[in-house]
Parts: sequence; C-alpha cells; structure tokens
Amino acid sequence: MSKSASDESAGRAEVVSLDSNSKLTFALIGNPNTGKSTLFNALAGMRARVGNYPGVTVEKKVGNFRYRDHEIELIDLPGTYSLSPRTADEMVSVRVLLGSQGRSDPPDAAICIIDATHLQRHLYLLSQLLDLGIPTILVLNMWDEVQKQNLEIDVKTLEQRLGIPVVAASARSGLGIPELKDKMIALLANHQSAGESKSDHLELFPENFRRARAEISRIIQEKAAQRIPEYLAERLLLDINGETEREILKENDELAKILQSKREELKQDGCPIPAIEPRVRYGWAREVLEGVIQRPETPVEQRGSSLDRWLTHRFVGPAVFAVIMLLMFQAIYTWAGPLMDGIEYIQDEISGSITGVMPPGAFRSLLTDGIVAGVGSVVVFLPQILILFFFIAILEDCGYMARAAFLMDRVMTKVGLSGKAFVPMISSFACAVPGIMAARTIEDRKERFVTILVAPLMSCSARLPVYLLMINAFVPQRSIWGGFVSLQAFVLFCFYLLGVLVAIPVAWILKKTWFKGEVAPFVMELPNFKWPSFRVVFFRVWDRGRSFLKQAGTLIFLTTIIVWAAGYFPGDRTELNQVKGLLESGKLSEDRIAQEIFEQRNRELSAQLLNSSFLGSAGHAIEPVVRPLGWDWRIGMGAIASFPAREVIIGTLGTIYSLGGDVDEKDSGLIEKMHAARKADGSPVYNIPVALSVMVFFALCAQCGATLMVMRQETNSWKWPLFAFTYMTTLAYLGAFVTYQIGMIILPAA
Amino acid sequence: MPTLKTLNVGDQATISHIDGTDAIAMRLMEMGLFEGETIRFMGKAPMGDPLEYEVCGCKISLRLSETERVHIVS
Repeated sequence: MSKSASDESAGRAEVVSLDSNSKLTFALIGNPNTGKSTLFNALAGMRARVGNYPGVTVEKKVGNFRYRDHEIELIDLPGTYSLSPRTADEMVSVRVLLGSQGRSDPPDAAICIIDATHLQRHLYLLSQLLDLGIPTILVLNMWDEVQKQNLEIDVKTLEQRLGIPVVAASARSGLGIPELKDKMIALLANHQSAGESKSDHLELFPENFRRARAEISRIIQEKAAQRIPEYLAERLLLDINGETEREILKENDELAKILQSKREELKQDGCPIPAIEPRVRYGWAREVLEGVIQRPETPVEQRGSSLDRWLTHRFVGPAVFAVIMLLMFQAIYTWAGPLMDGIEYIQDEISGSITGVMPPGAFRSLLTDGIVAGVGSVVVFLPQILILFFFIAILEDCGYMARAAFLMDRVMTKVGLSGKAFVPMISSFACAVPGIMAARTIEDRKERFVTILVAPLMSCSARLPVYLLMINAFVPQRSIWGGFVSLQAFVLFCFYLLGVLVAIPVAWILKKTWFKGEVAPFVMELPNFKWPSFRVVFFRVWDRGRSFLKQAGTLIFLTTIIVWAAGYFPGDRTELNQVKGLLESGKLSEDRIAQEIFEQRNRELSAQLLNSSFLGSAGHAIEPVVRPLGWDWRIGMGAIASFPAREVIIGTLGTIYSLGGDVDEKDSGLIEKMHAARKADGSPVYNIPVALSVMVFFALCAQCGATLMVMRQETNSWKWPLFAFTYMTTLAYLGAFVTYQIGMIILPAA
Repeated sequence: MPTLKTLNVGDQATISHIDGTDAIAMRLMEMGLFEGETIRFMGKAPMGDPLEYEVCGCKISLRLSETERVHIVS
C-alpha cells in the first residue's frame, strides 16, 4: 500500500487550517442497502437539489451544508456494488469521480459508506475507489448492528492498514456523524497542507498487468488521440464488452483487436481477465481484515432469520405477500379518495370565490378553468404518490421489498421482466404515475424502461368513471352464470383484464426489439430484516412528492392550460357572459321560471361555443377517422379533450349535451341524453358496440398527460413518452375498430 | 465438477470458480461469490426459482440458470 497513514491528524480538525473560502466537494458512494441515503440526509438535510445527468437516467442529487465555516457540497452517487461500468448509467459515477462528467471538476474527496457487518464484501468497492486515487473516508455504517451481534471490529488497526480515516457510525441514529464531519474537514486540510491534489492510488495488480495498462493508455493516445485516465485504461482491459470499451474504442476494430490480444497475452501470463480483478481485490480485503474482526464464540441469532423462513415459505410467503399488496392497493385506491376529494373541494372553493368577485370573461375563465384547474390536476396526484411511496419506503427499508421480488420473479420472467417489476405494475392499477415512479427500484435499465412503457396499460382508477358510465348506460342489468355474477360486473372485470392481456405481448415485443440483449443478472441481495426508520420513510416520501411536483408538475399544468384554450377559443362570448353575469347577480332568484330559462340558455350557449371552438373543430375534422369506430364527432371531440386526462370525457359530454360540465358517471340526465342521441339518419349514436368501442379505446389509449410527463421525467427523454403515446393510441384505435366491427356483426342493432 | 445446482437445502459448500467472463459472472464475483468462499443453500422461492444462498454473511438470491455457473469443490 502506498498511502501514508493519515491517522495522526485525522481526528484533529483544527490543527491545519483550511482555506475556508473554497467550497469542498465530497462524493458519497456505497453498495445498495448500506444506508447511503440516510447518511446523505443526516449530513445535508432535506434540501437536496435533484436533477438528471444529461443523456442517462441517473438521478443527480446534490446537497449543501455548512460545517465549521466550510461550505460543503455532497454529491450522492447511485448505490453500486462496483465501479466497473457496464452501462452508460454506471459510467456516470466513474466520470463524476474522475471529474470528466460534463464540465465538473473531480470531487475533493469521496466518502465510502459500507455495511460494517459485511466488511469483506464491501471492501471490494472501496478498493476500486482507492484505485482511482481519490482521497477517501471510510464510514462503517450500521455500527449499532455490530454491537448487537457482539462483533468486535478494530477500527484503529483498520485505519492504519488502509491509510485512510475510518469512522464507525450509525446513520439512522446519528452516531458518528459529528466525527465524520470533523474527519472530512481534516482530510482535506491534510491534503492541502501536503500540497497534493490527489493521493497515490492503491496498486494491487501484478507487474505484467500494469505494463499492459500503461501500454493501452499509450496506444489509445496514439491511435485515438485521447488521453485517458489510468483507471479507464484499467477498466478497458478488465471489462469485456463493458461501457468503457463502447465509449473509448467507439467501434474502432484495430483498437479492439489490440485490446483482445493484450487480454490473451495476460491470460497466458497467469493473469486471466476478468477473474484477476476479484482475485486481487478480495485477496487485499482478506489481508486488510486479517485479525480485525472478532466474532463472538456463539453467534447472536440474527433478527428475522426465522421470519425470513416464513416470508419466503412456499404457501405462507405468497399469502402474506398477497395481503400486503391488497392493503397497499386498497390504500392508494380507496384511502387516497377522500384526500383527492378534499383537493377537488378546495379547488372548487377557490374557483367559486374567484367567480364571486370577478365578472365573467376570458381572464376569469383562464383563472378558474385554466390555472386553478391546472394546479388542481397536478396536486390531485399527490395523495396516491405519497401513499404508495409510504408503503414502498417501509417495505424497502425493512428489507421486505427484495423478498417480494424474490417471490414474484418466476411469474414475471414469463413476460420477460423480473420480480422487481411486480410492485410498479400492481401500483399502476391505481395510477400509472406513482407506478412509473416506483419503477426506479429496478436497477436494470432495459427492464425498467419496459416496465415504464407497459405500466400505463394497466387499468387505472381514472378509467373507472368512463367504464362505469358506459356500463351503466348500455350494459343490461342482469346476472349470468346462474345468477352468481352480474353482467355489468363481468364486463368491468373484462376491461381490467384487457390491459394485462395486452401488456404481455407488448412487453414481450419490447424485450425482443429495442430492449434486447443479455438478460440482466438477478443476483440480488436479500438484506437483513430491520424495523423501518421513520426518518428514512419520511425523507423518501418527501423526496418523491417533491420531484413529482417540480419535474412533471409544471408540464401537466401547461397541458391543462393548452386544452383549456383549445376549448375556449375562438368564439363570441358576449351573450354567454351576459347570461352568466345575470345568473350570478342574483337578480333572478325571485323568478324561478326566468332563472331556469337563462340557465338553459347558458348551457346551450356553452355547448354551441364548445362546438365552434378549436376543440370542436378538431372533433368535426376527425369525424371521418372515428366513424369506423362507430363514433360521431362529439365522442371524437370528447376523446381529444381527454388526452390530458381521460376522466375529462364525462364533463365534455355533459357540456356538449347541454347539461353543463359538472355531470358525473352516474348522472341520469347524461345517460338519457346518450340514449336519445341520434345520427343524421335517425339511428341512435350509441349502442352496445359503440359503448364497448369507446371503452376499449379508453382502456388502451395513453390519455393521461401526467403519465407521459412522468415518463419523460423517469426516462430523461421525450422519445419514450412519444413512443408510448404512439403505440398506445394505435392499439386503442385498432382495438376500438375491431370491437365495433365485430360487435356490429354479432350484436346487430342491440 | 459439481455446481451449486447439486446442493440440497441446508447444504454448505466451498466455491471453486465461476464460469464465463460476462456481466453475470462479474456481478456474481462482485457480490462475494468467489473462489474459496463458503456458500450455503438457504431455500427456494415458492415456484422453485429463484434460490436463496448465504455467502460472506449476506443473503443473496440467484436464478436457477445462474447457479449452474457456480462450481463448487467436490
């Protein structure tokens, strides 16, 4: 080891004074399940800035805090088992540490957090970090667990052998955090005073490998005119088909051949690629840990071992899982309801008070139907998002989530996904927005994207009003199968099933086309069970809610404004505004007949204006397109108006049938109007095939601005929401077409 | 040479080597499945796949197809 022991000064922050004007940057890195986010929050608090690194789906999370007059910036890197980048996403961490991500400088130092109860395995990542040559502090997290298990870890010896500061900590309880902050300052003070910007890197590889690495660097510089850091030259040699190859060789066959022959040479020379890396790193870890850990003679029974037996038991496991999923589903589906109603109530109150103080006109309509409705359409998703993430955070923090993936893996592999995709999928039955956000727990990029792209096919709660309206209006109330099942309920069930049945081939095709490639390894850690921490759960829920509002919220809001404008303009609203003004003035309250006449006029004018608006024109324009689906221009317009949010169709139909916009799916007036609606030739507009065709369209179409915006947020690209929109609209159209045409054959004039 | 697949629930074995040089092989090694380590077969998921093992004090889950690549000392 070439590092000098920094043990001397590590504990005394004030010995060397550090230039306090400069900002100190630390990168935080660690394996998954080590409490990294908890440590991040313990250091930087809740005010993290969250964004995305350009071109990849890696979340960029940066926090700032002050400590002893120093401004410290903390960059949270994604949890990883190694710094051997296999994908562009994994390359981001390496680039951040090397200072070649965007225009950023390398961080001043790194904090490597490891699970102290699993020291040996976690030292693998540390050895790579030291290999990079960045000053590092090691945090032995979960120290409380070390004490519980009666393990004795000799921190002093470890510190001496590693030559870096080591802090025993428990991020959940705050133990060791002040010491860590002191050591962070001390480490940099030490480096600054020694006049070195970088420490020597840890060299573990044998001589022949080092020579090959230097040669590769030289060849790359000659042939591709790039200077690459030594660590990337190392990765180039070690990671067969890795991301480094893709980024640096750029399909240069000559370089690829040279690299291949170097690897072959090394193999002949007793240095097999890639096995040499774990060999030297684990060898080093064993050496470092020799005599450092004393285990008790009788190991303390780990909490949850017997629990684990039951939770993954053949019969009990799935039963418990089903109960948990049912509870979670019930929570997002039902418990969110009153909260969403509350938000809608507040929204109505605000609109109401604006209406009370302003005369009717374009500006008032913009405020109430555009801005207030737009804010409402964003905020209304929060209850479902917060409740789902409350559950997910608890399940993840206590360690159950990995077991759920373990239980469901076999089922999900049938459609080419893994067990980790199950929770996002099931959540999407309540709402695809939190469902897509939940897909973040899937590490493999391809699988995550496939999950995100098929999640909106699950029948969410916003489809239910549309189903109920059509079923109530057109499906006869009778029982089937000997009276056990009502026909209406059966039809409803079929529509829920439809989404799943369509999602299976779509996922399969996506896996075979855009997202083909080797199957992601399902090697997954099953972390020990522990009690969920309130802080961790709270931070996670807060984080998700905030990122939704900031990233997707603005776009959802804008979409609502655009659709408002399309339904409002053009049109001469003078008479409507007069009628509205008269109705609101209260002058007619004595005269019930006059009141009714003017209300009727109000509804008629609203319907006429909607008819002549951009939205209405669009409805007329697409009538030839929707006629094969059995629709008239009104349904077509309703479908267009529902692209930002599918439940809008009901209010739009209400307005166009002169009932006003505030009808709901149980409105008997609306159902009557739909039954009475006639085409030009006198035949009814709606019959069972038309109702089914509308329902199929709504089941399969991506009529949800929020879903598409969250998709953009999660994939960090417009390409995928655009793709989802296109494929779902196409499927919806074809599905509705086939349903209507077949329906007309087997259910003539029903 | 026997692989992990030949173990019964509760059995313990020493890893001898891992087949392949691809991402899966590397991931297995990074997760602690490395020559000389002791591994224990803890149990199966309800439908017989994936499988749970303990190595380096950590519990991990492997798919049946992945277990065939982990060779153990006979």
